[in-house]
Formats: sequence, structure tokens, C-alpha cells
Amino acid sequence: MKIPNGALLFACAVVLLASSVVDLGGGGISLGQEEQVIKVVAKRFEYSPNTITVKIGVPVDLEFTSLDRLHGFNCPGLSIRTDIYPGKVNRLQFVPQKKGTFPFHCDNFCGSGHEGMTGTLLVTD
Amino acid sequence: MKIDRRDFLKLAGIGGVVFASALTGIDRWAYGATSKARDFYFLQMSDSHWGFQGTAVNPDAAGTLKKAVAAVNGLRWKPDFIMFTGDLTHTTDDDKERRKRLAEFKGIVSALKVKNVHFMPGEHDAGLDEGAAFREAFGKTHYTFDHKGIHFIVVDNVSDPTSSIGDAQLQWLDTDLKKQRKDTPIVVFTHRPLFDLYPDWDWHTRDGAKAIDLLTPYTNVVVLYGHIHQRNDFMTGHIAHHAAQGLMYPLPAPGSQPKKAPVPWDPANPYRGLGFREVKAAVKNVQYAIAEYNVMGAKI
Ligand SMILES: [Cu+2]
Ligand SMILES: [Fe+2]
Repeated sequence: MKIPNGALLFACAVVLLASSVVDLGGGGISLGQEEQVIKVVAKRFEYSPNTITVKIGVPVDLEFTSLDRLHGFNCPGLSIRTDIYPGKVNRLQFVPQKKGTFPFHCDNFCGSGHEGMTGTLLVTD
Repeated sequence: MKIDRRDFLKLAGIGGVVFASALTGIDRWAYGATSKARDFYFLQMSDSHWGFQGTAVNPDAAGTLKKAVAAVNGLRWKPDFIMFTGDLTHTTDDDKERRKRLAEFKGIVSALKVKNVHFMPGEHDAGLDEGAAFREAFGKTHYTFDHKGIHFIVVDNVSDPTSSIGDAQLQWLDTDLKKQRKDTPIVVFTHRPLFDLYPDWDWHTRDGAKAIDLLTPYTNVVVLYGHIHQRNDFMTGHIAHHAAQGLMYPLPAPGSQPKKAPVPWDPANPYRGLGFREVKAAVKNVQYAIAEYNVMGAKI
């Protein structure tokens, strides 16, 4: 199976969420309030935070910056990844569809501590 | 599909320490009268990580590669050639130190009596400078050569720090493959697995599926790789992929523990999990008999 395109997944989920908002009637919550925006700083050889907790079914906007060089963020359990270039915000948007604990790692070889550059993404209720 | 070594033996219909792969094409592969084809051996050596330090993991870090070189020199038969499948050196953030390690590695393996030796980089050698220091010491990072009827293709999936082969090299691979017959025996050497062995531990190649797609029309393809520091046998369609042991520290089986970390040294079993590989190529029937050796040169 091909890794689903993050943006496409996001678009589908927005549609789903929108229809459930409609079901709730006029008092539905707007997307803007629902979105979980989390800033993650990458540097050789760590992420901070390195444990990211998000809610299932709610759009997530991860905003990565790098303090030194190219890093990566790859979470195979959720089929999401992005490059993290220095000097810009690297955005990764997705909607977590399953609960659990998903390890992530840097997948752009970044030096002597590269193999220890890891973290955990927690998807909770 | 994932199969372990024993299942693979069963699938191949033979037993013992030796197994064969790429058994297709036995009848179709025929040599002309001028063919010089005959059986031969070659060796795969991998992941020597020269420069690594860590006594809990390998208290003989400075001696293991030298022992393996001595063991190869002591083999009763001489392999036709030796292929080093990357991570010749352990990574360093210092460009000068990287060159020093590559030079030291080169000095040690120059003691090999077999002089037909091919090298390719691992991400530890080439991931931080896109292969610059490796090329200075050893030349090209991807290339082909032919030996006694077998076409060998060295694919570099480490010099691009994104663990990709890259479109330019894929184009080169495509062009090279188009020059081969569909049943040409092809052996591909890579450092990382081309398939998704265990992406959580970075045991994959981001665009490896594209290379497998290019190789799939060819009926006699085997891929030999390193990177995971242990034997592993895996099929993608009819293509067999075999990972080799390393020569510095073993790594745990894919996903067998939460974090990837070197297997600690076992004083009761020194050098366990380290060694090199012999491949006997039976060219006429396109079979490869693979056997593993420990560092001391004993068949295991
Ligand atoms: Cu490697
Ligand atoms: Fe390695």
C-alpha cells in the first residue's frame, strides 16, 4: 500500500468532521478551535518535546523548526513524515485515526547521534 | 510476505546451511559456444564500522576487522572478488576524522590477498557529506560490473541523506537494465534494504519500491545488502533479498525490542553475530549457494 498523502487524509477528515458538525446542529464547534497546533523544535540529536500527545479524530498541525541542519520526522505507525529544513516552519497536518503509542524518528541522516533521535506520538481519547 | 530462514529453505526445496535462490530460468538460461561462464565464489563483507568505540558492545573494536581479513586470507579457496556493502567506517561529525577512518580502513583491507575488491558506502560513510570523502578514497558510489556471465549492480541508497536512491540514479538503473536480457542473472548490492523491512528503525529505502519495480521484469535478480547487521532473508515477488552480518556489532531482530541498539558483547560467545558471507554462484543454472562465516573464518 502507498503511504497516504497527509494532505489528502487531512482533507477527507475535514469533510468527515464538517458533516458531524452539521449533525450536531447549529451549535457545532468551528474547525479553528478544534485544531491542535503543536510546535516541535528539532536539533542534533533530539526533538523537543519528544513526547507529543494528540486527541484522536481532531486535526493536528505539527509545526517543526530546526535549529541546525536538515532533520526528518517519520512516524511509520501513522504513515506520516516530513522533512525538517532549517530556516522555515515545516508543517505536517493530519488527523489521527487510531489510538495508541507510535514511535517516531529522524529519517534524514544527521550525524553521530542520528540513531538516537527518536520520540513518541501518543494518540488519546 | 515475511518468511524466516527455515521456511525459505523449505520453499527452495533444499536443506542444510546452504540455500539457493532465483531458481527460475534454469532451462531458459543457455550459453553460446563462446561463453566463458563457470561457477565461482565471491565474498560479501559489511558494516565494519571502523572507528566505533564501545567496550560493552565490542571490546575488540580495533581487532575484529583485522581478524576477518586474516580469516579471508586463510580460506582454502580464493574468492573471485570481495564486495564491501557499506558502513566501512563509523560515522563522525568531523570531516577530517571521516577521511582518517576511511584511510585506516583502506589500509587494513589492503592486506587482503584477493585484489579484486569492490566498495560501496553506507550512511555512516556518506550520509553527512553526500559521499564526498568516500569518493576521494574509493571512487564511484554506484556502478556496475560483469563477472562470468553475471551482471552486478551497485545501488547507492545512502549518499542522499534522505535515504533515497534519487531520480537520477533510478534513471541510470533503468537505462542499465534496458541493456540486459530479461533472464540475465543480476545481483544487486545495496547498503539499506530496498523494501520496507522495518521503517521504525529506518530499515528501508524511501524510494526503494521504485528500484524493485524496475528490477521486477527481470527473472533472475538477487539483492545482497548490509545495514541491519544480521542475516535476513526476504522475498518481494520473485526477488530474494539477503542481509549480511556485520563486522563490529550485531543489531537485534527487526522490531524485537522497543529501541534499536547494538546487541551487547557476550563474553561467553565473543564475536557472536559477526562475520562475513560466501556466495557461490552456479552461473549455468543461476543458483546462488550462500554460507555464513564467523570472524575467525569458520562456517556457521
Ligand atoms: Cu547502515
Ligand atoms: Fe551499519
